[in-house]
Amino acid sequence: MFKILDTYELGPKMHYVLMDAPLIGRKAQAGQFVIVRVSEKGERVPLTIADYDRVKGTVTLVFQEAGKTTCVLGAMKKGDSLHDLLGPQGNPTEIENFGHAVVIGGGIGVAPVFPLARALKEKGNKVTSIIGYRSKDHIFWEDKMKAASDKLIIATNDGSYGTKGFVTDMLKGLMDSGEKIDIVYAIGPPVMMKAVCDMTRPAGLKTIVSLNSLMVCGMGMCGACRVSVNDKTKFTCMDGPDFDGHQVDFALLMKRLETYKPEECTCQGTAGSDPKRKNGV
Amino acid sequence: MAVEKKAVPMREQTAADRIKNFNEVPLGYNEEEAIKEASRCMQCAKKPCVEGCPVHIDIPAFIKALKEKDFQKGIDILHANDSLPCITGRVCPQEEQCQLVCVMKKLGDPISIGRLERFLADWDLRNRAENKNIHPAPAARKNKKVAVVGSGPAGVTCAAELAKKGYGVTVFEGYHKLGGVLVYGIPEFRLPKAIVETEIRLMEELGVKFVTNALIGRALTIEELMKDGYSAVFVGAGAGLPNFMGIPGENLNGVYSANEFLTRVNLMKAYLFPEYDTPVKRGKNVAVVGGGNVAMDSARTALRLGAEHVYLIYRRSEKEMPAREEEVIRAREEGIDFRLLTNPLRYIGDANGFVRQVECIKMELGAPDASGRRSPAAMAGSEFTIDIDEAIVAIGNTPNPIIPRTTPGLKIKKRGEIEADDDGRTSLPGVFAGGDIVTGAATVITAMGAGRKSAQAIDDYLTA
Repeated sequence: MFKILDTYELGPKMHYVLMDAPLIGRKAQAGQFVIVRVSEKGERVPLTIADYDRVKGTVTLVFQEAGKTTCVLGAMKKGDSLHDLLGPQGNPTEIENFGHAVVIGGGIGVAPVFPLARALKEKGNKVTSIIGYRSKDHIFWEDKMKAASDKLIIATNDGSYGTKGFVTDMLKGLMDSGEKIDIVYAIGPPVMMKAVCDMTRPAGLKTIVSLNSLMVCGMGMCGACRVSVNDKTKFTCMDGPDFDGHQVDFALLMKRLETYKPEECTCQGTAGSDPKRKNGV
Repeated sequence: MAVEKKAVPMREQTAADRIKNFNEVPLGYNEEEAIKEASRCMQCAKKPCVEGCPVHIDIPAFIKALKEKDFQKGIDILHANDSLPCITGRVCPQEEQCQLVCVMKKLGDPISIGRLERFLADWDLRNRAENKNIHPAPAARKNKKVAVVGSGPAGVTCAAELAKKGYGVTVFEGYHKLGGVLVYGIPEFRLPKAIVETEIRLMEELGVKFVTNALIGRALTIEELMKDGYSAVFVGAGAGLPNFMGIPGENLNGVYSANEFLTRVNLMKAYLFPEYDTPVKRGKNVAVVGGGNVAMDSARTALRLGAEHVYLIYRRSEKEMPAREEEVIRAREEGIDFRLLTNPLRYIGDANGFVRQVECIKMELGAPDASGRRSPAAMAGSEFTIDIDEAIVAIGNTPNPIIPRTTPGLKIKKRGEIEADDDGRTSLPGVFAGGDIVTGAATVITAMGAGRKSAQAIDDYLTA
């Protein structure tokens, strides 16, 4: 059993969970993920590692309620335990001193962008972070991102905080300003990552994305997480989760993410927890 | 006394009943049946069956003990070479091994060695589970620890043997549940999970420690295990990424690797969805591609999940199928539609990315290839499509990539297998390996044999 040391809501249906996980905390690096199983009957679900503490032996998970596991996990309290926690899985993000790195986080994707920005800065990069949220209510980790970046740009879809617009609008502004950019990292909903890649491709601007494909084993056996990169089938858990965004078939990724939408609803219906959690998930 | 040419049949669930449940198909011999079958063994002097057995069990001796109702002696003979006869008695391809060379085959049916093994093993497991039998006291405890990576057939056999020799053994398993392929791969109807659970519980009583959610190569490396005080490591990491054919449409929704499909159903209990959280598609018309045991398991599982029509698509003929004869017969009885000498060309999907058809081509057999099997060639112009809403690709897998990718200095073969000698010694001192991670996809008994040999080699290494 793996104990929850702390947990709170970061925003609407968004949660912070601090896990006691000495082995994982000791090894975790930016870009890696864990597999969680909330109960004996639970599903194996991948969640990106949002932070870690080597000394305290903890990992931080930040997630949005999207299926049964994340709903159940979101309702758990400090002192509760997860049935299973496996990690750190996947390849760490390759980090060098590139020069000027732009990191882009959309919504819940801001969480995994944080350790990435921090690691890039530690390597000596100039880091510009662009983080986008739906509205002011959804903003989290502004202070952490500020500390990890040389420059922080915040956008909200409705303009209730920061600049009104999408992260791509902010990126366009930055690219148009003529400032030299050496590498872009984008983590967020596939539609956002695709939009970023469509913008950086014509400029030949290297863009790394972190893919959130469906998974079962998360350790190189089942093949549930396959994606198409440069027209070749790759396995997110072993070959990723980071890929060259210009070569990713996002349309396929998005279709595959819809595979179990009907079943997800069935499961929600039987979750039987807080009824208001069933709405809009 | 006249020789009884016919084997005593084993009772089993009828095809009509069993396709509606996941319970074990064959029901096993009772005592009377087992003794009757054991009595058919001529106790011939040549004992070809012993040579036919990958782990060289003294088969005539255990059959003789069974016939004489000395079941304890019989099981002791089995255990001398096979740590888990209740598993091998069920999943070994006896018809290609011990039973293939049985002298009784010249007169009629070979002795049903697997069924007799299963009878004794089940008798023994019941006894041990009820603590009627005291474990043989392990040898004097040795002051050395061994780590075992993976809790599949190779790993648990190695662990059990080392524990019996007095070593402190810890088994590290990446999954949340113990047993490896025995629990995620082989379906309940061929190998009840309760058997695997009981065997593992009894190993724990023997002093073996098991740690789940511990993937060696990620959270801990082999190097770190050695630094943490393990004097030797056995790697039985087993199967890895599934093979695909590389044809269009293989990434459509509803196209599974057999690994994923079986893991969802067996390990994650997706057949009990939504009581269990993991879903699996329940296709009405399902195509399974491949001709091995995993293909049979997938086809029969799809049927039990409620499929109306399951096609088994295999590019050669039935003669070349690597699956066990018994499983092929059962699959046919259950109504699996065998489309032999047929090869998929592409999967065709709908606008939402779900598979709707598979286009196939007819094949014909030519000259034998490197594997000795006649190589199939496509017949031009014979393309046709089958309407499906689910496909399961069961054409093998590569060895698990995690240890090879994270262990510096460990020699790896071209296809990703760990290089090891017959006793499991790898290029790194103190690191041994066996099972599918060394041989590529093989059988449970081969993996168990490798685990046992490595246990002896580890003992030699640590006492040298």
